[in-house]
Amino acid sequence: MTNSRTVRALQAAAGIIALAAGWQILSMVFPHYLFPPIREIIARTIEILITGSLLIDVLLTAGRIFGGLFGAFILGGILAMIIGQSRSAENFIAPVLTFFQGIPALSWVVFAIIWFHGIEFRVLFIMVMTTLPAFTFQILDAFRSMSKDLFEMTMAFRPSRWSLFRFLIVPTIVPGILTAWKVNLGNAARVVVVAELVGATGGVGYQLLRQQQLFDMAGAMAWTLQLVLFVLVVQQTIAAIENWALRYRAVSERAM
Amino acid sequence: MSGVDAVIRFKDVTKTFKRPDGRGDFVAVDRLSFEIAKGEIVAVLGKTGCGKSTMFNIVAGLVQPSSGEAKVIGRDPFREFEFFRGKVGIVFQNDRLMPWRSALDNVRLGLQILDTDPMEAEDIARAWLKRLGLAGHDNDYPHALSGGMRQRVSIARAFAVNPEILLCDEPFSSLDEMTARDLRAEFVRLVRQSNKTAIFITHQINEAMEIGDRVMVFHRPARIAYEATLGAAVTEDARRGINEDIMRVLAVEQPR
Ligand SMILES: Nc1ncnc2c1ncn2[C@@H]1O[C@H](COP(=O)(O)OP(=O)(O)OP(=O)(O)O)[C@@H](O)[C@H]1O
Ligand SMILES: [Mg+2]
Repeated sequence: MTNSRTVRALQAAAGIIALAAGWQILSMVFPHYLFPPIREIIARTIEILITGSLLIDVLLTAGRIFGGLFGAFILGGILAMIIGQSRSAENFIAPVLTFFQGIPALSWVVFAIIWFHGIEFRVLFIMVMTTLPAFTFQILDAFRSMSKDLFEMTMAFRPSRWSLFRFLIVPTIVPGILTAWKVNLGNAARVVVVAELVGATGGVGYQLLRQQQLFDMAGAMAWTLQLVLFVLVVQQTIAAIENWALRYRAVSERAM
Repeated sequence: MSGVDAVIRFKDVTKTFKRPDGRGDFVAVDRLSFEIAKGEIVAVLGKTGCGKSTMFNIVAGLVQPSSGEAKVIGRDPFREFEFFRGKVGIVFQNDRLMPWRSALDNVRLGLQILDTDPMEAEDIARAWLKRLGLAGHDNDYPHALSGGMRQRVSIARAFAVNPEILLCDEPFSSLDEMTARDLRAEFVRLVRQSNKTAIFITHQINEAMEIGDRVMVFHRPARIAYEATLGAAVTEDARRGINEDIMRVLAVEQPR
């Protein structure tokens, strides 16, 4: 177990190192303002992390991602439960969500700027609208995958609605919810920088825009890496939660 | 037996299922009528697919009769949801354990739904596991238990709520003969002791005759094809006669 874990970690590191090596070679061939050397990128990345005034921008963006995801999760959960219990609700809501799914993040940015004033509210609105459909559909799928056998077994005890929710529905949809968080986290991290174009005066998106104006490639890379690192850390956290929450699952000793 | 003190009463109950290919209806239960008095243990025999589990699901209130009347404690088990809370314990044909709950927590499910004090519920659940020879497996997840152990956990789950009525669908079918024999004796003792009413489905004529005060043999689709009352007063010779009758009835029917 520990052994295969080490191997996995090494393989993962090898991929990243190969990517970095490729970049380093490019930095030797092209001028540094196009491809700054790895050392410089790392230095700038660390600088952001240890400089309070810069770290604030990272945390601000992280907060916006979480805020948006949390909002979409709650709304999506409610919508999924409503759709899951009624065909007509599904006929009514599902097409709207599908319609939303086709709207690009940039369009929401434009709408948000025209409709709302507060910067934070605009960002939240954009984040929620762009992640809501996927969240809803994923929770709905998890809900629909509920075992009929377990449902009938539980119903035979005649539970209250709350008991049914607590003892059967929640444990059933937890794996789906965790997956939904993992998937939507990546989406949200990409959308958030676009959302921050609504006039945010802080955050990773704002900083990226500044680097572009300064023509500072190392800075652009360093700020990009902040987001990548953030996603990485949160993914790992979710994976750890997953391992704990789904520890009941049987794992075959046989490899595929 | 008069209709008034019957705990379970079926009157011309028919259940038809839609065929998935739309070629009309499929009759699973065909004008089935019987009465079961309080404290009685009735064993049900019948060929595979004759509608035993369907009858069972109607008593449990999980399936609604297409026509006819099914009454349990004088009420409609499908319509009256809350009335039956804690009154019926069910051992399904498959174990239907929640994979995310340990053996102990699976046994505790019904007690939680009944809002039993958590400490008390735990003691009851532990005692039942012990009684069924599963002491020391309290914290095992279902995937780590053998088929027979899982079945015993599901028996414990049904008994733990101390229901008035017990419905058992081939509960001992996945156990070795020695264990099954012990549990059969224990089952009869428990039901008698607390004057419960029980329906016990089985494929084994011996088991039916050992457990039942009465044996009902189902025709296919479900209708009473043969019925015999057993008990202390029935002589050894008579029992042998009944055994032969049952075999004859079961042999006559052609598979469809
Ligand atoms: N939900 C359903 N939809 C369609 N057909 C069903 C459904 N449930 C049961 N049936 C059909 O009804 C018939 C009776 O099924 P049932 O499960 O009651 O049989 P059984 O007597 O319990 O059989 P076994 O001894 O094999 O468990 C079967 O032919 C089955 O295919
Ligand atoms: Mg059956």
